[in-house]
Amino acid sequence: MNTAEQYLKAIYLAQRIENGPAATGMLADMLEVSPASVNEMIGKLEDRGLVDHEKYKGATLTDEGIRRAEDALQTYCIIERFLANVLEVEDFRGEATALEAVIDDTVAERLDTIIDRRSECPDCFDADADKCEYLTVPADPAD
Amino acid sequence: MSLGQRITDDHQLARLLQIGVVLEEVVESRAHHHLDSFDAGDRDPAVEALLEDAADESAAHRDRLEALVADLNAETVPYEEINALVEAQYAQTAPEDFDDLLYDQLCNEETAYKFYDDLIEAIEASDTEFSIDRERVIGVLVEIREEEAEGVEEVTDLMEANR
Repeated sequence: MNTAEQYLKAIYLAQRIENGPAATGMLADMLEVSPASVNEMIGKLEDRGLVDHEKYKGATLTDEGIRRAEDALQTYCIIERFLANVLEVEDFRGEATALEAVIDDTVAERLDTIIDRRSECPDCFDADADKCEYLTVPADPAD
Repeated sequence: MSLGQRITDDHQLARLLQIGVVLEEVVESRAHHHLDSFDAGDRDPAVEALLEDAADESAAHRDRLEALVADLNAETVPYEEINALVEAQYAQTAPEDFDDLLYDQLCNEETAYKFYDDLIEAIEASDTEFSIDRERVIGVLVEIREEEAEGVEEVTDLMEANR
């Protein structure tokens, strides 16, 4: 997943949490980058027709932006499920975030052949819990 | 894999090698499942030979990766566990015909090639001191990547021959 896709995913989740445009500060916190970096990338995504940006309100994904963000979120969900259920990694969220940038979509597709993922993915992704609502993890510290 | 990403410690290197092991286990298991799914009167010797070679090659790659993971003091997922997961999902993901099967095999080889290519690049871009010899890791991965490239060619040739 490249950097632009990680931003699209973050905007998608921030919009869900806020039920409105994604604010720069929130995106900076989610992505652990500076607000200036967020603004720069949002400008690029806007030029590519993936995001609409309104000053003082925030970023809103276009239809094409939503489609790409949903693909990215599916890939993230595959990585989380793989880490949690196959490799039994306790900190599956932290490691998924670290690995999403280094796991190619095609690799995620192969891993998906051993993952029990719902057809409605990524609608069932719980943005607040940062995991699929159906993902069950033994001794999940967040539960 | 993003070219901007580098591998920062033993833990992340071990994790990526573990993923490599699972990818090989998936290839091996799916190849066996494909072979088992053939009806007696519906066999194609060339396709069968391709799948048998792919399964053997993946098992050999897995052994080499497992040795690296063990030297990083990490464990890998046993083949039997991945085989059971493939089994559980196989009905939904099984190829419908020989064309579909060859395409599935091509995806396996291409995905593996890309994975190792990216991994080698990320290790080379990293200035981390790993607890195992970096040149040894890269040497193993380069050899495996080469065999994946040959695998892509073999599947492509067979696809061309079947047209």
